Amino acid sequence: MAAEALKAERGTETEELFVGARLILKALEEQGVEVVFGYPGGAVLPIYDELFKQNSIRHVLVRHEQGAVHAAEGYARSTGKVGCVLVTSGPGATNAVTGLTDALMDSIPLVCLTGQVPTHLIGNDAFQEADTVGITRPCTKHNYLVRDVNQLAKVIHEAFYVARSGRPGPVVVDLPKDVCMAMGTYTTAPRGINRQQHKTYRPKTKPDSSAVAAAVALMAGAKRPLFYTGGGVINSGPKASALLRELVRLTGFPITSTLMGLGAYPASGDKWLGMLGMHGTYEANLAMHGCDVMINIGARFDDRITGNLKFFSPDSKKIHVDIDASSINKNVIVDIPVIGDCAAVLEEMIALWKAKRYEADQKALKAWLRQIAQWQGRDCLHYEQHGKIIKPQYAIQRLYELTKKRETYITTEVGQHQMWAAQFYRFEQPNHWLTSGGLGTMGYGLPAAVGVQMAHPDALVVDIAGEASIMMNIQELSTAVQYRLPVKVFIINNQYMGMVRQWQELLHGSRYSESYSEALPDFVKLAEAFGCVGMRVQDPAEMDDTIKEMISIKRPVVCDVVVDQKENCFPMIPSGKAHNEMILGTSEKTGKAITGEGLALV
Amino acid sequence: MAKKTASARGKTPAKPGAKAPAKRAVKAPEAQSSNLYEGMIPVARLKDKDTYRHVVSLLVDNEAGVLARVIGMIAGRGYNIESLTVAEVDRERQLSRINIATSGTHQIIEQVKAQLGRLVPVHVVRDLTDDGPSVARELALVKVAGVGDKRVEALRIGDIFRANVVDSSTQSFVFEVVGNTDKVDAFIELMKPLGLVEVSRTGVAAIARGAAGIDKK
Ligand SMILES: Cc1ncc(C[n+]2csc(CCOP(=O)(O)OP(=O)(O)O)c2C)c(N)n1
Ligand SMILES: [Mg+2]
Repeated sequence: MAAEALKAERGTETEELFVGARLILKALEEQGVEVVFGYPGGAVLPIYDELFKQNSIRHVLVRHEQGAVHAAEGYARSTGKVGCVLVTSGPGATNAVTGLTDALMDSIPLVCLTGQVPTHLIGNDAFQEADTVGITRPCTKHNYLVRDVNQLAKVIHEAFYVARSGRPGPVVVDLPKDVCMAMGTYTTAPRGINRQQHKTYRPKTKPDSSAVAAAVALMAGAKRPLFYTGGGVINSGPKASALLRELVRLTGFPITSTLMGLGAYPASGDKWLGMLGMHGTYEANLAMHGCDVMINIGARFDDRITGNLKFFSPDSKKIHVDIDASSINKNVIVDIPVIGDCAAVLEEMIALWKAKRYEADQKALKAWLRQIAQWQGRDCLHYEQHGKIIKPQYAIQRLYELTKKRETYITTEVGQHQMWAAQFYRFEQPNHWLTSGGLGTMGYGLPAAVGVQMAHPDALVVDIAGEASIMMNIQELSTAVQYRLPVKVFIINNQYMGMVRQWQELLHGSRYSESYSEALPDFVKLAEAFGCVGMRVQDPAEMDDTIKEMISIKRPVVCDVVVDQKENCFPMIPSGKAHNEMILGTSEKTGKAITGEGLALV
Repeated sequence: MAKKTASARGKTPAKPGAKAPAKRAVKAPEAQSSNLYEGMIPVARLKDKDTYRHVVSLLVDNEAGVLARVIGMIAGRGYNIESLTVAEVDRERQLSRINIATSGTHQIIEQVKAQLGRLVPVHVVRDLTDDGPSVARELALVKVAGVGDKRVEALRIGDIFRANVVDSSTQSFVFEVVGNTDKVDAFIELMKPLGLVEVSRTGVAAIARGAAGIDKK
C-alpha cells in the first residue's frame, strides 16, 4: 500500500530534462504564482536568469528583503493566495527573518525561496553562507533544504500545500546554487484527490459533529452571549465571513473581534461592538467580562485580548473554534473546543441552529443588549477636534469618511496610529485591513501596501503610518515609484514614538527616554527625492482638501499629517489588568489634557 | 505489577521544593471516558495543577533536521524533557520513532502533544501514559570502581537487579542494567556508596501493550 500511495502522491514525472532554476519557475507557474517579491544576489543568479527569459511571472524588486516578505504578506492577505518571495543566501535570508516571523505570528501563507551556497560548501563558512534552515526553523511553519534537483519541483509544490493548508504560515525553501544549475526532471503538483493527500500533514478541517452540537446547544441556552472572532475567519476565506454574518443575524448575538479579524463582520452591522482588547472599546471589553457564553471563532486568546488571565471573563462558558489544535487550551481553558476550519464549522452551526429550530432566549438577550447599549452610551472613543491642532483621531476619521465609498485597502505601521486606525476606520469587508498584529512590526505598512497595490492596481491603498515606523522601511517608496504603484502613505506625525511615549507617561513617570522623534526628515522633500508626491497638512480646516487631493493623485503620495503630540490612545487596559479595569482617559466632553487624576479607572 | 501499587502511584503531586521530578504517572481514571469527542478535555482535568510524568511517542519522517524540529519546539516553548530517544524503526518507509519522557500538568502535556502534532514531518503522536497500558524500558551502563567488600557488594546487588557485567578490571565493573526508569534509578542509587564512577543512560523506549501498532495498522 505504502509504495502505491507514495506514487500517487508524487504526481507525474516527465522525461524531459530542465535546469534546476527552470524547474523552480515551472513549479511556481503551476502553483499559480503571478508575482514574486525579491532581491537578487550571487546564490540566486541562476533563478534570476530564468526569470529574465520568461513572461508569465512578474518580479517586483524591493529595496530590502524584509520589504519583500511584508509585500508578499500584503499580497497574500488581500487576495487569499499564497505570497511568494525570492531572496539570496546569507544576508538576503537573514533580512527576511523579521517578515517570516511576522507571517508566522499572523498566520499568513507565504513561500520564501532562499538562495544557498552550493551543497559542497554547506557547513564551510562559505561566502554569504548562513544556516538558513536552522535560523528559520522557529520562525516558519516548515522549511526545506533541497539537495537533489529531481526533488525541486516536488518540494516547491509541497511548500505551497503546507503554506496554505490548515493554519496558514510561511514556508522557506532553501536552494543551493548547484542544485539550481543541475539538470533534472519536472514533477507536476499532485492533483484531484491527491492534492490533500500529503504523507503526514493533513490538518483536520471538518469539525467533529458532536462538538458542533454541544457548542450550538450551549449557544441556544445563553443569556448573555458574545461572539469573539479573529483572524482565523479572514484566513478561512470570504465564505467564512458571509457565514459569520448569517450566524450573527440568525442568533441575534452581539459580536466583537480582534485586531486581526476586523472586516469579517461589518462595522456598520447592528450587532457590532467594535474591537476588543488592550485598546478595544469599553462595550466590547465589558461584554467579554460579563458574558455567560463566549463563542470564540478563529481567535487565539492572545494576551493583548485577555488582559490578566486570572480575571478574564470569569463567569462564561467558552466555545473555541480553531483549525489549530495547539491553540486550544493554551492560554485559556475552554469548555467546548471545536477543531476545524471556520467556514466548515460555521456552516454546520448554522445548519444545526436551523434544524433544531433553536432560538435565543429573547428576554435575556434583550436585557443583555440593553446593558450593552448602556455601555455604548459611554462613547468611549470620544475626542474633540477644536483649535488649530489636528487630532490624530480626526485625521483618520476624515480619511475614512472620504474613502469609504471606494475600494480601499488600509495597511498600518505599529503604534498609536495603528490602534486609532483600528478604532476609527470602519471595515465592511474582510481582506481590506492589513496590520502586523502578533509581532507588531514597525515597518510593515509600506511594503505591505506595495504588495496590496500589486494585486489590486485600481484600488486605493493607504498606509496609515507613524513618523517613526515609516522610517523603518521608507526605502520601499522607491519600489512603489518603479512599479508605478500609487500607494498613499498617510503619516500621523506626532513627533514621538507615540505608543512608547504613552507608556512612559502612564507607567514611567513621564520620563520620555529616547521616544522623541529627533532629527526627522522633511517628509515632503523626502517624498520628492524618491519621485513621489509630498504633501503636508497642519490645519484641521485643510484636512479634507488634503485627503481629497491625495487620493486624486495617481502616483505614490506621502502625506505628512502634523498632529497633536500629546494625544493618548484610549480606552486602554494596562497590561496585567483585567477587562473591567480599563482606563478611559479623557474626562468626558471637556477635552482636557490627560493628567494623572484624569485617568478614570473603571 | 499489583494493581494497587499502580493506582497509588497514579497521581504524584509535585511537592514544593522537592528536587526530584514528578514520578511516572499512570493514566488518571477519568481521562478517557469523559472525552466526548476529539480534542475535548474536561476542564477539571486541565485545571489540575499537579504535574505528571508522561512518555510521548512519535513516528516521524527520518529526514535531516527532524530531531532539531522536535527539540527546538520543546525548548523554544519552555517544556521540559527528561529523556529523549530516537532511532530509525522502519527503513523502507524511512520512519524514525522518538520517545520523549516529559512532565507537566495535564494542560502542558496536552500542549506538548498538540504542538508536536502540527510539525509537518510528524506522522503520529501517541501518549503512552494516557492512551492505555504500555511498557517502558531504559538501559544504563554503570561504572563502579572499588576493591574488597564494596566490590563484592556491588556484584551481589548487580545480581539482584539482573544487571550484566559487560566489562571488568581488577578495580572496576561496568554493569548493564535494563528496566523501567525507577529500577534503573534505584540501582544507580545503590551503587553510589559502592564506588559509582559514571553512568551512561539511553533514556526511555516505550511501546503500548496489546496488538495495535502506534499508527493503528
Ligand atoms: C521593529 C520594532 N521596533 C520597536 C517596536 C516598539 N514600538 C512599538 S510602537 C513604537 C513607536 C512607534 O512610533 P510611531 O511610528 O511614530 O507611531 P505612533 O505610536 O507615534 O503612532 C515602538 C518603538 C516595534 N513595535 N517594532
Ligand atoms: Mg509617532
